[in-house]
Amino acid sequence: MQKTINLLVGVFFLLGMAALVFLSLRVSNLASWSTGPSYKLVAYFDDIGGLKPRAAVRSAGVLVGRVSAIGFDDKRYQAVVTLELDAAVSFPKDSSAQILTAGLLGEKYVGLLPGAEEQVLKNNDQIRLTQSALGLESVISQFLYNRDTGGTGGASVK
Amino acid sequence: MKALDRITNLGQWVISVLEGLGAYARLCGAVIARGPRVIKRMDLISTQIHFLGNHSLAIVLVSGLFVGLVLGLQGYYTLRRYGSEEALGLLVALSLVRELGPVVTALLFAGRAGTSLTAEIGLMKAGEQLSALEAMAVDPVERILGPRFLGGLVAMPLLAALFSALGVMGGWLVGVVLIGVDSGAFWSQMAVGVDFWNDIVNGVVKSMVFGFAVTSLALYMGYSCRPTPEGVSRATTATVVAGSLAVLGLDFVLTALMFSSD
Repeated sequence: MQKTINLLVGVFFLLGMAALVFLSLRVSNLASWSTGPSYKLVAYFDDIGGLKPRAAVRSAGVLVGRVSAIGFDDKRYQAVVTLELDAAVSFPKDSSAQILTAGLLGEKYVGLLPGAEEQVLKNNDQIRLTQSALGLESVISQFLYNRDTGGTGGASVK
Repeated sequence: MKALDRITNLGQWVISVLEGLGAYARLCGAVIARGPRVIKRMDLISTQIHFLGNHSLAIVLVSGLFVGLVLGLQGYYTLRRYGSEEALGLLVALSLVRELGPVVTALLFAGRAGTSLTAEIGLMKAGEQLSALEAMAVDPVERILGPRFLGGLVAMPLLAALFSALGVMGGWLVGVVLIGVDSGAFWSQMAVGVDFWNDIVNGVVKSMVFGFAVTSLALYMGYSCRPTPEGVSRATTATVVAGSLAVLGLDFVLTALMFSSD
């Protein structure tokens, strides 16, 4: 009797664990965590918009890393964003980083635009060329400003 | 004079509430303190997991499946307006893992398992079995309450995980199989949006807290009930009411603590 009960409890336990594994691997993002070797890059931004830690880092639309930390530098009065990139990919020294939005109102992510130099960025290097998040407010104000000063009327974004 | 009586009554009521809370806390403390000794009697715990967990499987699995089916349908109707049916998987998974899985399972657990715990212990008390155990120098808290407490603590998170998993399958059945949402988008949106630590682990933590609350309340209600048929029936009702309210209240607090930062 006790043996049957123990067996049934074992089956129940295994079922529960299987459900947890299913939730972890299939439902959540645990499987997509890259556990492979990585290297860190630092980039300074004037405005990070709504960028959050663990946001994606993409180049040409492909996921190449994640944002590992966001801080504030009170010497430069800029946001310090630490990127953790897959060690398998390397970028030229003059690559630039920009904060982009997926879709019109979607998640913020960091886009890497490769440069042309021979040397590549190494661990703890800094990405010098950055472009801040483009807030909807700044687009609108730029649009209004351009129109008042007799611009072509479009929102000319540098 | 009448006003004074009222204040006296109020004072009495406050004191009796505090006494109840104190007795509950002491019973929890006593059960937890005996944990290390209870855990050595795996057969007793196993019997209780079987009684609380395996016997609740059917209702939890069926409820999970149907909650998932309904979520899939309702979510689809709303998301279709905005042309983002692919987010259906994310909607179903997030609402199940974060809230519905732990909470609904805990409510079902209070109704299915909590009541039977209370009635069993209440009847043992009415039949003076607990006193008989004490007369034989067997500690009823260790022999009767401990295994039931640990059994509920183990069974509840497993049941909640099964509920969520079945719910996701239900959402998948309605969304992908019946309506025809793209299967790849359904799963990939889900995997991108559901975070392992923030959502899955927090959901499991929630269900553990609920398991503790429901099981300990059920044990306390049974252990402290009046040893009469009416007393047992009142205690059983009180288990469902107090257990459900405790789950809902705790859920609000836990949600505020877990999901407020970010």
